[in-house]
Amino acid sequence: MELLVASAIGLITAVGVYLILQQRTFPIVVGLTLLSYAVNIFLFAAGRLAVNQPPILTGADAYADPLPQALVLTAIVISFGMTALIVVLALRGFLETETDSADIPPDDLKADKR
Amino acid sequence: MTAGFTTDWVIAPAILPAMTAALLIVAWRRDIQMQRIVSVISAVALLGIALFLFDLASDGTVRAYRVGAWPAPFGIVLVLDRLSALMLLLAAGLALAVLIYALAGWDKRGRHFHALFHFQLLGLNGAFLTGDIFNLFVFFEVMLIASYGLMLHGAGARRLRAGFQYVAINLVASTLFLIAVGLIYGITGTLNMADLAQKVPQVTAGNEALLKTGAILLFLVFAIKAAFVPLHWWLPATYAAASAPVAALFAIMTKVGAYAIIRIFGTIFGDGAGALANMVIPWILPAALLTLAVGTIGLLASRRLLDLAAFSIVASMGTLLIAISLFDVDGLTTALYYLVHSTLTGAALFLIVDLISERRGETLDWLVPANPISQAPILGTLFFLIALGVVGLPPLSGFIGKLMVLDATYETPHVWLIWALVLVASLMMTISFARAGSVVFWKTDGRTTGATWATAAIAPMAAVAVLVTASAALSVFAGPAVEVFHATAVQALDPAGYIDAVLTSQPAAQPTGQ
Repeated sequence: MELLVASAIGLITAVGVYLILQQRTFPIVVGLTLLSYAVNIFLFAAGRLAVNQPPILTGADAYADPLPQALVLTAIVISFGMTALIVVLALRGFLETETDSADIPPDDLKADKR
Repeated sequence: MTAGFTTDWVIAPAILPAMTAALLIVAWRRDIQMQRIVSVISAVALLGIALFLFDLASDGTVRAYRVGAWPAPFGIVLVLDRLSALMLLLAAGLALAVLIYALAGWDKRGRHFHALFHFQLLGLNGAFLTGDIFNLFVFFEVMLIASYGLMLHGAGARRLRAGFQYVAINLVASTLFLIAVGLIYGITGTLNMADLAQKVPQVTAGNEALLKTGAILLFLVFAIKAAFVPLHWWLPATYAAASAPVAALFAIMTKVGAYAIIRIFGTIFGDGAGALANMVIPWILPAALLTLAVGTIGLLASRRLLDLAAFSIVASMGTLLIAISLFDVDGLTTALYYLVHSTLTGAALFLIVDLISERRGETLDWLVPANPISQAPILGTLFFLIALGVVGLPPLSGFIGKLMVLDATYETPHVWLIWALVLVASLMMTISFARAGSVVFWKTDGRTTGATWATAAIAPMAAVAVLVTASAALSVFAGPAVEVFHATAVQALDPAGYIDAVLTSQPAAQPTGQ
C-alpha cells in the first residue's frame, strides 16, 4: 500500500507541475487542482497509513492518527474555494481580453490611454 | 483574575477585524457612509488595542492565550511577545493611514472594500500572533484570500491578468506550505511552535533529512511571500496593477514573510535545534544580495512611477534580508528597524505616486514630460522626503537604517561585497529617484492640471504626511526605538521564554470525564 500511495502522490504531483508550467490559464487551473489533490493525500499519509483502526487513542497500540484528517479537511475547504476563485478569474480574464494566455499584456502608455 | 483578563486581550486583534468585516457585509452592504464610519472606528480601536498590547508586551513577559482553554500543545495558542506586539502595532498604524487615504474615493470603485480590508487585517494579525504552524497556514490563507479580493478591487483587464498570476503563485506556495506541514508533523508529531522547538533537537538521525526538507520547503514559502529573488516575479506586476491603497497595505505583506522567517527559524530551528540548527541561514545572504541587485536594476529600468515604487519594495526587502541573514541580536535589531522604516516609506511611496498620477491626466504615472500638476510644491516636497527615506539619505529613517546595516555587517566575512552592493545600490536608487522627480515636477509644459487647493481632498495628503512623519519620528527617536528593537531581538532569539509561556506555565490539564 505504501508503494501505491507514494507513487500515486508522485505521479499526480509531476502531472500538476507539468501543467502549471503551461502558458494558458486552463491547464494551469487543472494543474493547481491536481497539486491540491496530491497534497491532500500526502497530508493524510503524514499520519501514517493504517487500515481498519479507530481514529482515537483507545489505549490500544494501533490507531489511526486523527489530526492529519482534520488538517486535510481544512486544506480541502481552502483549496476548493481557491480553485473556484481562480476559475472565475481565468474566465473573466478570457472574456475581457479575448485570450486565455496567462501572460500579462505588455505595458505601454498608449494601451493605458485607450 | 486580572492576569487571565489581560491575557484574554491577546485574541482581540483577531476578533475585532473579523467581527467588523462580517458586520459590514451583513448590515451595511449598500451603505457606503455607514461602512466608512464603522470601518474607521474599528481601525482606530484596533490601533488602541495594538498600543495596549505593545505596552503589555514591553515588560518582557511572553503571554499565551489558549483558544478554547485547550492545554498546549493540543489546542491552538496565540502568543504575544515583543516581536508580535511590534508587528501588530505596525500593521494597525499602517492600516489606519491607508484606510483614511482610501476614504477619498478609492473605496467606492468596487464593492466590499472595507469588509475585505478588515479580513486582510484579521489574516495579518492572526499570522503575527499564532503559535501553531498549521494555524499560521490558515491565517496566511485568510490574508491571501482577502488580498485577492483587494487586488482585484475596481477591476480592469490588466488587473485581472496580474491577479491570475498572483493567485496562481500563491496557490503553489500554499501547496508547498502544506507539504512542509505534512513532513514536519509526520516526523515530530506536533505543529505547536514551542513543542516543535523542544522536539526538533531530539529527532533521530534517520529522520533528519525529511525534517530538513520540511524546514527548507517552509523557508521557500516564506521566501515567496517575502519576494526573495528569484521568487519575486509576482511582486512588481501585482503591486503595480493593484489600486494605490491596496498596494500600500501590501507593503506589510512582504514583511509577513520576513516575520515568519524570524519566528520559525529563530524559535524552532535556532541555535538549540541540534543537528538542524540554523540550516537555512547560509541561504539568506546570497538571496538578499541578489534581491537588492535585481530591485535596484528594476528601479533604474522603471518607465513609470508605479514600477519605481514596486521595485523599491523589492530592493528594500534585499536590504532587510541582509540584516536578517546575520541572525544575531545586532542583525535582528537592525532588521526590525529597517522593517518598520521600509513598511512606512514603501506605503507612503505608493500613495504619493497615486496622488501625483491622478493629477497628471492621461499621462498617469508614466515618466514622460507632461503638464505641470497642481499643488506641486507640497506634493514635490512629500515625494522628495519619501525618496530620501527609500534611498537612505539623511535625515529620514532610511539613512539610520542603512547605517545600521553597514555597521552590523562590518565584522562578517563578506563585508566588502555587502558594503559595495549596498552603497552602489543606494547611488543607483538616488539616480532613479532624481530622474523620476525631475521628469514629473520640472520637465513640464503647458497648463496646470489636477485638483486645486479648493477642490482637492485634504485627507489623502494628510495620510501620506502622517506616514512621512512616522518615518521622521523613527529617525528623531532612533535611540529609544533601537532599545526597543534590541530587546525584541534578544527575546526573539531566545526560545526559552516562549516555550515556558506556552508549555510549562499553564494550568494543569483537567482530568477527562469518562
